[in-house]
Amino acid sequence: MWDFCGMSRDRLGLTDALEQIPALRQEFWEDVCVLGASEELNQSLEKAGRVADFLELAELMCRDALERDESCGYHFREDHQTRDGEGLRNDKDFSHIAAWEYTGHDRAPMRHTEPLMFEFVTPTQRSYG
Amino acid sequence: MHLTLRVWRQKDAWDPGGFQTYSTTDVSTDMSFLETLDLVNEDLILKGEDPIAFDHDCREGICGTCGIVIDGHPHGPLPATTTCQLHMRLFNDGDTITVEPWRARAFPVIKDLVVDRRSLDRIIAAGGYISVSTGRAPEAIAIPVPMDTTEMAMDAASCIGCGACVAACPNASAMLFTAAKVAHLGLLPQGQPEGYDRVLNMVTAMDDEMFGACTNTGECEAACPKKIFIKWIARMNRDHVMATILSRPTTRRAHGVSSRAALTDR
Repeated sequence: MWDFCGMSRDRLGLTDALEQIPALRQEFWEDVCVLGASEELNQSLEKAGRVADFLELAELMCRDALERDESCGYHFREDHQTRDGEGLRNDKDFSHIAAWEYTGHDRAPMRHTEPLMFEFVTPTQRSYG
Repeated sequence: MHLTLRVWRQKDAWDPGGFQTYSTTDVSTDMSFLETLDLVNEDLILKGEDPIAFDHDCREGICGTCGIVIDGHPHGPLPATTTCQLHMRLFNDGDTITVEPWRARAFPVIKDLVVDRRSLDRIIAAGGYISVSTGRAPEAIAIPVPMDTTEMAMDAASCIGCGACVAACPNASAMLFTAAKVAHLGLLPQGQPEGYDRVLNMVTAMDDEMFGACTNTGECEAACPKKIFIKWIARMNRDHVMATILSRPTTRRAHGVSSRAALTDR
């Protein structure tokens, strides 16, 4: 996640991450070692559960970052930048908020969008000048 | 640094438990005590042994989740410091350190160094809140509160509810904890309408949870990571006497703590 879905990301890295994560997740479920017993407080199980959650969330984050094919605020896509290295927005196609719906185990989540309307000010690239 | 840790291991509340000795190397002086336990646990995990269970959350000394007895001192030998903020530079290479859970009848061991401190939550549930509607924030000048009073209320409010006071007390008393909560609300105008009910109900809940009584030993104040004053206990006792004499019994309500709470004529 640090390498491919960090403060700056691009199509290539995100695609790579999306190929690696399912393999990592499979390795986790096959090789995970949870110490302790079932009839007592088990902090190892608690941690394993969290890692399992992170492996699902990681994939969704990469999928979402790949889908938003523009730079926008903190989502800086290296493949969408101006000549000065600032984020290049694409408000024509991405002026919406998106939420992912869980559709079941091992099935791709569904993306829902809700358009954003701007009446008085229009979104623009941030200028520090 | 190389350290030897004698750690209390206990499967659950019914297991008699006992000390296990662990040897650890590569302890950095910059590590916190909890990080040293993490290090020991990493070794145990690699060896396929059950890691030591201990409570932790913020690791910056403000949440009150961590807390173990280190060489006989709750939160270790450094004053006004939580276990997570205790650093290994305080110890010497080659030291043997004894690590135990809080020990009190009202804090049954869940596992190893983790104890059940819900008894403190139940004391809070008995009255450690303000339920009267005070409306919107009033003009500051409408209810003048002297600066000294707000400072005192803030001092009392800084209790993080870790339970070190109970662990330090030879009577396993929760008087410092309860007194801090009573003082924090009782010093401010918003806390006045329920003042009598609060102290009566919270003290009853404290007794119901089997915490001991105060004998002015002062160990609680010495162990407290937030330097809560023992004088709050005297203040709570005075409040309790006043409430017993002056409150109308009909105004006392049980808060679902126990059938005895608030009904006992104290």
